[in-house]
Amino acid sequence: MQTDNLELKKLVYLYLMNYAKSQPDMAIMAVNTFVKDCEDPNPLIRALAVRTMGCIRVDKITEYLCEPLRKCLKDEDPYVRKTAAVCVAKLHDINAQLVEDQGFLDTLKDLISDSNPMVVANAVAALSEIAESHPSSNLLDLNPQSINKLLTALNECTEWGQIFILDCLANYTPKDDREAQSICERVTPRLSHANSAVVLSAVKVLMKFMEMLSKDLDYYGTLLKKLAPPLVTLLSAEPELQYVALRNINLIVQKRPEILKHEMKVFFVKYNDPIYVKLEKLDIMIRLASQANIAQVLAELKEYATEVDVDFVRKAVRAIGRCAIKVEQSAERCVSTLLDLIQTKVNYVVQEAIVVIKDIFRKYPNKYESVIATLCENLDSLDEPEARAAMIWIVGEYAERIDNADELLESFLEGFHDESTQVQLQLLTAIVKLFLKKPTETQELVQQVLSLATQDSDNPDLRDRGYIYWRLLSTDPVAAKEVVLAEKPLISEETDLIEPTLLDELICYIGTLASVYHKPPSAFVEGGRGVVHKSLPPRTASNESTESPETAPAGAPMGEQPDVIPTQGDLLGDLLNLDLGPPVSGPPLSTSSVQIGAVDLLGGGLDSLIGDSNFGAPPAAAPARLGAPISSGLSDLFDLTSGVGTLSGSYVAPKAVWLPAMKAKGLEISGTFTRQVGSISMDLQLTNKALQVMTDFAIQFNRNSFGLAPAAPLQVHAPLSPNQTVEISLPLNTVGSVMKMDPLNNLQVAVKNNIDIFYFSTLYPLHILFVEDGKMDRQMFLATWKDIPNENEAQFQIRDCPLNAEAVSSRLQSSNIFTIAKRNVEGQDMLYQSLKLTNGIWVLAELRIQPGNTSFMDLELSLKCRAPEVSQHVYQAYETVLKN
Amino acid sequence: MVPCALLALLRGEVLVNPGAFRLERPSFPLVVSTMIHSLFLINSSGDIFLEKHWKSVVSRSVCDYFFEAQERATEAENVPPVIPTPHHYLLSVYRHKIFFVAVIQTEVPPLFVIEFLHRVVDTFQDYFGVCSEPVIKDNVVVVYEVLEEMLDNGFPLATESNILKELIKPPTILRTVVNTITGSTNVGDQLPTGQLSVVPWRRTGVKYTNNEAYFDVIEEIDAIIDKSGSTITAEIQGVIDACVKLTGMPDLTLSFMNPRLLDDVSFHPCVRFKRWESERTLSFIPPDGNFRLLSYHVSAQNLVAIPVYVKHNISFRDSSSLGRFEITVGPKQTMGKTVEGVIVLSQMHRGVLNMSLTPSQGTHTFDPVTKMLSWDVGKINPQKLPSLKGTMSLQAGASKPDENPTVNLQFKIQQLAISGLKVNRLDMYGEKYKPFKGIKYMTKAGKFQVRT
Repeated sequence: MQTDNLELKKLVYLYLMNYAKSQPDMAIMAVNTFVKDCEDPNPLIRALAVRTMGCIRVDKITEYLCEPLRKCLKDEDPYVRKTAAVCVAKLHDINAQLVEDQGFLDTLKDLISDSNPMVVANAVAALSEIAESHPSSNLLDLNPQSINKLLTALNECTEWGQIFILDCLANYTPKDDREAQSICERVTPRLSHANSAVVLSAVKVLMKFMEMLSKDLDYYGTLLKKLAPPLVTLLSAEPELQYVALRNINLIVQKRPEILKHEMKVFFVKYNDPIYVKLEKLDIMIRLASQANIAQVLAELKEYATEVDVDFVRKAVRAIGRCAIKVEQSAERCVSTLLDLIQTKVNYVVQEAIVVIKDIFRKYPNKYESVIATLCENLDSLDEPEARAAMIWIVGEYAERIDNADELLESFLEGFHDESTQVQLQLLTAIVKLFLKKPTETQELVQQVLSLATQDSDNPDLRDRGYIYWRLLSTDPVAAKEVVLAEKPLISEETDLIEPTLLDELICYIGTLASVYHKPPSAFVEGGRGVVHKSLPPRTASNESTESPETAPAGAPMGEQPDVIPTQGDLLGDLLNLDLGPPVSGPPLSTSSVQIGAVDLLGGGLDSLIGDSNFGAPPAAAPARLGAPISSGLSDLFDLTSGVGTLSGSYVAPKAVWLPAMKAKGLEISGTFTRQVGSISMDLQLTNKALQVMTDFAIQFNRNSFGLAPAAPLQVHAPLSPNQTVEISLPLNTVGSVMKMDPLNNLQVAVKNNIDIFYFSTLYPLHILFVEDGKMDRQMFLATWKDIPNENEAQFQIRDCPLNAEAVSSRLQSSNIFTIAKRNVEGQDMLYQSLKLTNGIWVLAELRIQPGNTSFMDLELSLKCRAPEVSQHVYQAYETVLKN
Repeated sequence: MVPCALLALLRGEVLVNPGAFRLERPSFPLVVSTMIHSLFLINSSGDIFLEKHWKSVVSRSVCDYFFEAQERATEAENVPPVIPTPHHYLLSVYRHKIFFVAVIQTEVPPLFVIEFLHRVVDTFQDYFGVCSEPVIKDNVVVVYEVLEEMLDNGFPLATESNILKELIKPPTILRTVVNTITGSTNVGDQLPTGQLSVVPWRRTGVKYTNNEAYFDVIEEIDAIIDKSGSTITAEIQGVIDACVKLTGMPDLTLSFMNPRLLDDVSFHPCVRFKRWESERTLSFIPPDGNFRLLSYHVSAQNLVAIPVYVKHNISFRDSSSLGRFEITVGPKQTMGKTVEGVIVLSQMHRGVLNMSLTPSQGTHTFDPVTKMLSWDVGKINPQKLPSLKGTMSLQAGASKPDENPTVNLQFKIQQLAISGLKVNRLDMYGEKYKPFKGIKYMTKAGKFQVRT
């Protein structure tokens, strides 16, 4: 293979690439040729050799290739260097350790400062690729100098290189607005590039850095204006490119609607656009719809609703409804357009129209009831569950104005068991509403539907809802009316907006697959490897200090993120009960009865509702788990409230974020634990960072080492509206079921709201479990100390404690660590202490206080306990209490 | 002489080797973060007729997900361009009735991949004149050689056609004959020197006896016209395509009479952006041969003249199964130029059984299966406007259609850029000879739709 014929050389190399793996021993013989070719006077041969080398995926060979590669990385010819840079990435893929040991990564980093732009681009590409498999390593450590190099290279390298560089720039956080602006200025020329991938990567950089610019800046306005034309141009490209562009524009429009607000027309659909483009355009049209352009948009939508493509027509009809909800002034026009469409009698158009009219009723109640008659005419043609459910909802909601509402609903009831769950649930609710509105003539109907739902149905949701209505009606029809006919919250303007936290993250991923799927990469990239959450840079003016705020005071154990991942299986098993929250809208039931410590959220309340029924008792098939309410926690609760504020309890750590909003669809939970006068509580702060109102909160703990459990349900009285925060103190007891956790003080928690159930875990400080009667008798102490074997003794150091013996003793006492005796041995104070945990475990301590080098003390703590695994945590509690 | 085993390899066949035959998956864990892993070419009947892998081999079965999506989509154009599968993502483009499906495994900018795929298609077209299944099959060796040069480990390597053609010569009849006789192939025996230069898009040592530079200003009007004839949207997509055959390293400057029209432009990498920003002239060292110098976009409504109008009267009567059909096409703002190559296309309603029509000029066809009406009008004579009149018959029992068909219009106007863009002058620096220069203008209908 040592031929001078270039063609033959290429083919032989190609053969090697493909077959080296199957015959590694033969391949080794080729090594020499590579080494030789890497020193060929022709730079193109050197490059070819280094390019081929990296493609031979044989471990044994790789080692021999390091030397030639090292030479090529420092080659005088840029073409060879650029090829060698890619080869490092290839080699890293084969043997990462080798690449690191050989110091190739550093060489690669040096190449970022290379004089040739192509070399820079390839070095960036290679480093990005390597960094992807090493999320923690700080390979692309960008600083103003290297950024400057990249920006210079950006102008001169190939289009593909520009993409690599721009994507790399997007990961940089400028130190202030001036730097951000200067980068933006140098990136904007890329918006005129013919390659749409370059354009979109440039848009990403600009969108991200714009966040740092002040809106009052002239440059901010200039930049906004510059962003629109390239985005519009992307829409005249091939349909596949349009699709990706549209998905990204969808994000951009949500983040900064002002960019494209005058460009509505470019999103008008052409009838030969591929369907995937049509649907995306429609989505963006609705986002851009405003009072100014609504007439035009509606005319277009009406046009689309008569097209051939069923999916598109459906979406167009839905879009009309969304316009009505979004732009109030247009509601009337939208409704009349929808009525026109219903007149066409095209089956799927009618069904979609009815579904959206239901939404319009939710947004503008008691305004367009005149159309109900028209809707009722089309009752028989509805065959899709969603449309049937919507129609039934309308009939139930406006039962008092529809003369034959009972007949209409009865006609649905005939085939009750063949209906889908959605329709069954709506039918049940609608008939109950009807009954509450016209009780005299519909008693039979409601009896019928309740028995169908509770006795003949296998569906637990339906059965549960049936029981709830049954008991409500039988106990207190007035309350039932309040619950069932309660005024509903108006639906929000745009229900399909992406949560702001997620949107900000996605803006950082413009141009990537994440932006196409509107999900962060962690949600779909296989294995979640190398996924780092990205966020927009905060706005920092150059004249302000750039100091980052300290997150949590050092030493506070609450600040640490617990490293325990809850085992999903266990957690789910224990937390299943939580799902029982009834899907009824309206005020929570708990107003009428206090159920403290009840595991079942509904349990006792329902039983008492059945109490004296004047309506007919529910069948014996009532769920057996409705036990008597556990009321033991009640007195504790009152004790607790009276104690608050009068006595200072044990040390309370500052609140730490337990559940970030990003992980919980906008719900942020932070909290801490307190112990006051014998009661433990969990102080929570719930913040709604989502767009919708949150209701129906509930909390549950997984089994844990000390049986911690909520002593009362989570009481969030008013619905939590967006950006609102509530503080709640949740009383806890220790009578829950026990399971040893690792670490011992790990607590897995589930919180539910109307959106979903969220899980998180946290570590609680052990001192909240130290009971008030933890003072041991002196004799007893001595006996126990001797009794506990020496191997159970654990020793710890507490350095730099600012307190003297007296202060230590009293500080500890307030956290229920009691000093039994004090001695002075050779000028050192010795304290003998005891404490008792809620589960009856005694811990004995010997504390030696030595004067330290300054005014601080060094403490030496010896702990003895029959359960030595708690010692470590008791020590941490000591440290926490003494140092704060 | 190239061993035939090697050629088979180029074709992507797996050699049967008595020793070790199967390409086994490597035993060490593979962290693959290549940009584009593999490429499959699939025809519209769903056969994979070519595959190329830049790293380890991805099984063909990955395309099953694509076929599923293809089946769901009613038409080939409607297959979504991004399809997720459990372990890969399939990104595809559909051109010349062929799906080009790229397989990727990690988070890669999808536009990057799609742009690259389009570049592959452009390259094939450039090499073989047409890009079709038989042509690709006939030139399979060149296709593999080209693909191998375009990507290295998933990184784009040489995507400029100038450079590629230096590496691998495009097939010509003469060369094919010579190759058959002498047994040589198309691989260039020189390595591309252009890749080393500061102008990577231009090859060095170019020589012509006739030095010429032609520029075509081509504008396409995209418009939607509503029932009453008023414009809903109209925009112009313009390009300047160049064919430059100049010796040496010429440095060209192109200036416009009215550069202010161009506020939304995309340039070929050769254009010096700073000069454009400061002086509004295009200054560049051109690639050799054909290339697209710039594309632009004019969307301001008042700047877009609509050169033709359509008068229509399409109606069904409630009682009868017959309908009336009448269309007239006429010139509007044509700046005195002739409108030619006019074709009227209309997708009729499903219920239309047949049409009996008489055109005043040109020929027309109606396909009763696809319900596509096509009328080849030709030139528009403003004195005698072309029209197409007659009746449509509905299927027995079919209900009267609610909507009227949309009319799609194609036309051409020579010697006119409808936006009014005009080239002022073209100058050449850096070389001594006097080149022959030419500028041509043309306006075409893009997606020009009239609702009726």
